[in-house]
Amino acid sequence: MEQPNLLYIEQLARGEQDVRKALIDVIKSEFPEEKEIYYKSLQKKDFEEIKGNVHRIKHKFSILGLEKSYNLANEYEKNLVDGYLDANQVKDFEAILAVISKYIKTI
Amino acid sequence: MNCITIDDEQMARVIIKTLCSEIKTLNLIEEFSNAIEAIKFLNENQVDLIFLDIHMPNFSGLDFIKTLKDPPKIIFTTSDPKFAIEAFEYDFIVDYLLKPIELPRFEKAIKKAQRFHNIQSSLKSNQNTQIKNDFYVNIDRRLIKIDLPSIYLIEAKGDYINIKTEEKNYIVHSTLKKIEEKLPTSLFLKVHRSYIINVKKIIDIEDNSVLIKKDVVPVSRSNRPELMKRLDLL
Repeated sequence: MEQPNLLYIEQLARGEQDVRKALIDVIKSEFPEEKEIYYKSLQKKDFEEIKGNVHRIKHKFSILGLEKSYNLANEYEKNLVDGYLDANQVKDFEAILAVISKYIKTI
Repeated sequence: MNCITIDDEQMARVIIKTLCSEIKTLNLIEEFSNAIEAIKFLNENQVDLIFLDIHMPNFSGLDFIKTLKDPPKIIFTTSDPKFAIEAFEYDFIVDYLLKPIELPRFEKAIKKAQRFHNIQSSLKSNQNTQIKNDFYVNIDRRLIKIDLPSIYLIEAKGDYINIKTEEKNYIVHSTLKKIEEKLPTSLFLKVHRSYIINVKKIIDIEDNSVLIKKDVVPVSRSNRPELMKRLDLL
């Protein structure tokens, strides 16, 4: 499975440790909140909310260099726009969330 | 350029803040997690540029731009390329940045915004000069037109001001402060609490005075730096 990395963050920070830390701190605080909100919307089966949450979370995928996961999230979002919730996509998306959750504990 | 960013995602706002800090000409004055708060801010403050997310809950970036009466330049920052065509239907949309935004692409967008900003500023300044080429003064119930470039000195005299032009002098019941507001700053400068001069008519400058025509005008210490800034020194 595709693994997250900090290449984009490093590029942005341009060697400045304070900036690097500030960016990582935001991911560490914002991602768990977004994940929780996503799961709540999934429980309610509120497509509008799920779609909005997937859209927000997929930005984190791209920040963490997860290109394939980002494309998967895009497809998932498109299906949600069409009113269709694909069980496999839900499962794949959850797997990515789990990988990120594990990763951000190490940074 | 003074700018703000509007994005419901904190990470996106922090990224914009980081990118802005790399560009000397940008001054990020405020950040907003929703467009409604930004509208309130814009009702009382003027900005040159907005970094705007499109997908935001309840009130999207596209809803937001429809509320703006006199919109500043806007750069869309979004993960979604599908609104690009719609976005460029608005002439104040300068660029459309896809997330994650990288510095070289950001710099390119800012150069574009800066170009637009410069053109707009120069148009405004030209309009200002064109409009303020002359004005009317009320003397003995007659409205007399005075050509602004012909004025070389305006002197405060109690409740009156003496406007000195190439052809003649006009004594008008007014204050220096009132007339100063009507004069183009590109041409005129207050050098002393009682004198405004046309900088183009200066003949020479000594320590604390300037010679204009045959008038020696005092320059106060606080106004001297501005006067020196205006001169085209060798």
